[in-house]
Amino acid sequence: MNRFLWPLLGFIVLVVFLAVGLNLNPRDVPSPLVGKPAPAFALPVLATPDKTFGPKDMAGKVWLLNVWSSWCVSCRQEHPVLVEFSKRASVPLVGLNYKEVRGDGEFDMGKMGPEEEKQLAQKRADQWLTQHGNPYTLSVLDLDGRVGIDYGVYGVPETYVIDKTGTIRMKHTGPITPDVLGGKILPLIGELSK
Amino acid sequence: MKRLLLALCLALAAHLAPAGEAAPLAADPVAEKRLVKLSEQLRCLVCQNQNIADSHAELAEDLRREIRGMIQAGKSDKEIIDFMVARYGDFVLYNPPFKATTVLLWVGPLALMLVGLVALGRYLKQRNQRITDDAPLSDEDAKRAEALLNETKHS
Repeated sequence: MNRFLWPLLGFIVLVVFLAVGLNLNPRDVPSPLVGKPAPAFALPVLATPDKTFGPKDMAGKVWLLNVWSSWCVSCRQEHPVLVEFSKRASVPLVGLNYKEVRGDGEFDMGKMGPEEEKQLAQKRADQWLTQHGNPYTLSVLDLDGRVGIDYGVYGVPETYVIDKTGTIRMKHTGPITPDVLGGKILPLIGELSK
Repeated sequence: MKRLLLALCLALAAHLAPAGEAAPLAADPVAEKRLVKLSEQLRCLVCQNQNIADSHAELAEDLRREIRGMIQAGKSDKEIIDFMVARYGDFVLYNPPFKATTVLLWVGPLALMLVGLVALGRYLKQRNQRITDDAPLSDEDAKRAEALLNETKHS
C-alpha cells in the first residue's frame, strides 16, 4: 500500500502545481511601478498640439492613463468599455497614444521626418477616435515610445490608475473587460476618491 | 548549371545586401559589444523566451536603442540594468536576484534534491535491513527445495 501511496502523492502534487501554473497568465507581469510616483512627461496634446500635458497637471485628482493606438487590435476590443466608462465616469481618462506611426510597421521611418510623423499621427489618431468614439478627456502623443518605456509598457493596451498624490496604484495589461472595470478599477477609484 | 546557380546567388545577395540597417554605433565595436552583452542578460517582454539581443520585437529594438543611448552617455552596466528593472521588474533579468520573492526559485530545486536524497537513503537502508533479516533456509526447507529441483531435472 505504502509503495503506491508515495508516488500517487507526488503525482497529485505535480498535477496541482501544473494546474495552477498553466492557468497563470504569462503576460501578467507584476509592474514594479505600482506604489511609485507616475513618471513625469510633457507630451503634445492630440487636439491642441502646441500645448503639452504631464502627470503634474492632474495633481490632486484620481485619474486613469490608458495606452492605446489605432493599429492596436486589442484596443478596439476594449474601446466600447472605455466609451461606456467615460459616459458615467467621475474621473478623467487620459489617453497615451503609443507609437501611432512607428508602431504600425507600415511606414519606412527612414524616409519620414519628425514633423511629417507628428502630422500623420495626429491624422490617424483623430480619424480613429472619430470613427470609434472618443472616451478620453485628452490624449497625448508618444511618437517614439520613450514615455512608454518609462511606464514599462510592453503590450498595448495598458491602463494605469493614479491617485491624488500622483502615485500609480494599479496597472492592468491587456484590454479592459467589463469584469476588470467593475470588479477592480471602479472599486479602486471609489476608494481612492474618498 | 553552375553559372545559373551563381547568377541566382548573386541575385539573392543583391536583394539581401540593403536589408541590414545601419547600426549607429558600428564605428564603436567596444560599445556595441557591451550592448550585446547587456541585452543578452535581459528578457524581452513581448516574446518572453527571447532576450533583447535576439528579439526582433519592436519593443526590443526600442530598448536596444535606449541601452545604446545610455552607453553613449557613459552609464555603468549596473545603472543600465537598474533602469530596466525599475520599469519592467525582476522579470526582465535572466539571472534574478536572491530575495524573499525568489527564495523558492533559488532554493526549491536544491530542497527537492535533498528530499530525494533522504528518501533514497532511507529506502536503501530499509532494503539492506530486509536482506540481512532473511534467515538462511531451515534444513527441512532446504530438503524440499532440493527435491523440487530434482523433480524438474528428471522430467
